[in-house]
Amino acid sequence: MSSTTPETNVEAGALPAAPDGGFALDVEEKSIGDAVRGWVGKLRTGDPGALPSVLGLVVLGIIFSQVSDRFLSALNLGNLPGQGAYIAVIALGLVFVLLLGEIDLSAGTAGGACAAFAAVGVFKGSLDDGLPGFLYWALVIGMVCAIALAVLLKTYAGAAVVAVGLVLILTNLTQHLVPALVAAICIGAAIGIFNGWLVAKVGIPSFVATLALFLAWQGVLQFALSGQPINTSNYDLWRDLTYGTLSVAQSWILTIVLVAGFIGYTVLRSVRSKAAGLAHESLNLVLARGGAVAAVAIVLTYLACRDRGTFAVKQGIPVPAAIAIVLMIACTILLTKTTWGRHLYATGGNAEAARRAGIDVVHMKVTAFAICSAFGALGGVMLASSQSSASLDLGSGNVLLFSVAAAVIGGTSLFGGRGRPRDAILGALVIAIIPNGLLLRPSLGAQWQSVITGVVLLIAAAVDAISRRRAARG
Amino acid sequence: MADPILQISRLNKSFGPVHVLKDVDLNIYPGEVTALVGDNGAGKSTIVKCIAGINNIDSGEIRFEGRPVTIADPRDATALGIEFVYQDLALADNLDITQNMFLGREISRYRSFLSDGEMERQARATLASLSVRTVSSVRQLVANLSGGQRQTVAIAKAVLWNSKVVFLDEPTAALGVAQTRQVLDLVRRLADQGRGVVLISHNMNDVMEVADRVAALYLGRVAAEVHTKDTTTTQIVELITSGRSGELGLAQTVASESI
Repeated sequence: MSSTTPETNVEAGALPAAPDGGFALDVEEKSIGDAVRGWVGKLRTGDPGALPSVLGLVVLGIIFSQVSDRFLSALNLGNLPGQGAYIAVIALGLVFVLLLGEIDLSAGTAGGACAAFAAVGVFKGSLDDGLPGFLYWALVIGMVCAIALAVLLKTYAGAAVVAVGLVLILTNLTQHLVPALVAAICIGAAIGIFNGWLVAKVGIPSFVATLALFLAWQGVLQFALSGQPINTSNYDLWRDLTYGTLSVAQSWILTIVLVAGFIGYTVLRSVRSKAAGLAHESLNLVLARGGAVAAVAIVLTYLACRDRGTFAVKQGIPVPAAIAIVLMIACTILLTKTTWGRHLYATGGNAEAARRAGIDVVHMKVTAFAICSAFGALGGVMLASSQSSASLDLGSGNVLLFSVAAAVIGGTSLFGGRGRPRDAILGALVIAIIPNGLLLRPSLGAQWQSVITGVVLLIAAAVDAISRRRAARG
Repeated sequence: MADPILQISRLNKSFGPVHVLKDVDLNIYPGEVTALVGDNGAGKSTIVKCIAGINNIDSGEIRFEGRPVTIADPRDATALGIEFVYQDLALADNLDITQNMFLGREISRYRSFLSDGEMERQARATLASLSVRTVSSVRQLVANLSGGQRQTVAIAKAVLWNSKVVFLDEPTAALGVAQTRQVLDLVRRLADQGRGVVLISHNMNDVMEVADRVAALYLGRVAAEVHTKDTTTTQIVELITSGRSGELGLAQTVASESI
């Protein structure tokens, strides 16, 4: 976009020389003390960030460690990522839609249907034979329509993704596991484009449009499976999405790459900004924070790499944890470092301002819904993995609501404009830790799970509401 | 005197049966503040929307720097160098000052990766050139700014881009005394830097203080385009309320027929 716009006055040198004075705060270094004060200030003015979800995790952790001494065992904690990963993945997708102030209630069942298509493809060897005849053609025609819609709405990346899925289906590559899972995600993108079109172009409120589809995709899922659940635990890769672990070497490589990348990036940013005379964080702050992150990551990796198996050796970072963290980082980069992400925040903060600034709001909504449903599809695949089967109610029930709750508990606002991918991960941990802790003491019963999850969500929503009010008051 | 940078002649606009703008002529000169005044419903906003490309015009001609131009889309206006500061400011509260100033026109590397440092530097240079002292950091969230500061950011956004004409819709409507003072100084500085500035206002004090000329609209017609120094507040108010004031304004027949 920048290539077509005229240059700024600053570039053109058309502005008169600045009188002295101005922005003392900007060129100052942000020291560790400033960072702490800034953080406290944000808390006071109604931006609690990750604090509520981290506090919630700590409190729940303390409670459950009293409930059962098995809670803090390495085996139990190692299982936690597998139990929460599908919620985290769906919630990550939801963050994009929630940032716009919209919601996608259909992500769970749509994801379930996508995972079911993949399961049928690999189990029956061919989608054409495996699906009821009308459904196969509905799928193909639906994807062609999604490509057309995406092109019409100038969402070319979305069109390309759906086209990949269509090719995989038509060439019957979906009989192999990896292409089938890729196709599932592409089908998810197609569903999302359709959602986005309904909301942004047709003008149906997203709550209603996706509620209708929430119901519809459940039926499609049952059609796709022809009433027969498909066992997914026979496929090693699919099972490993929940139950696998990285090898010890892979675990350390992942940790070192991520931590070194984070520290390297923040140090470079600090040094460069300082050289350019911009607002920047002091090197002390960067190193202190990087050191803290590195310490936590190394301790966690070390613990994960000890043998925690009871019968066989089980060590290394769980695959679902690695997937969630890598996706979170990718989403964070997309949202904070690209023009698309900036436009998404702007559209969620003030759609009218975004429209006047020349941002194609319809395009933003369509892409956000497409990403959300694609993540929903991956979440459905991971859910099938954790249940060891593509069941007839895959992705229905509480799955979507837990994912929305995860995003909100993490600090994403339902009103748009505020939220981060990190929220989805922290919130999903909170959601996953509740049944994990309760099930260790069978006498507590499953009924507590719903009550406690509900109370935690209510507290999170109250924190959001109160902080908004404080922010509005200034 | 310099030629007008923006010339509007015989502009007509109807919404259904309602003839909102009737043969409007308006000239905007570089280096001058032109106040556009008129009662509610006189057509001020419609003129602005026609020039912004939000509304299409029925007939008439718009000339920019002497060339006839068609503005069918907000981007056309922006490409010409016409910027608008709307009354509701159109700022995203959840973004900071720099992000708002570059919204929709971000500087990027490798096609889509933001160059935040460069944008920050230019935002600061722009605010500094306007002698803005009320904003301490260009990394503040807009949500935390006062009304005057928000107005300043919205105006600075218009200045950042190579704007030749800036439309300001009621920039002081919601401001206190001191903040009004700052914004009016800013408006004056915009014109002194050679831009054509159009100030839409209800406040005659502001108009008399900062504007070089006044175009008074009366029921969709330009009643008169006068130099501020040749007129009095009373005359302008008469032009707004009855379309004429002594020798100035619409002919008696036209003024009464309009009703």
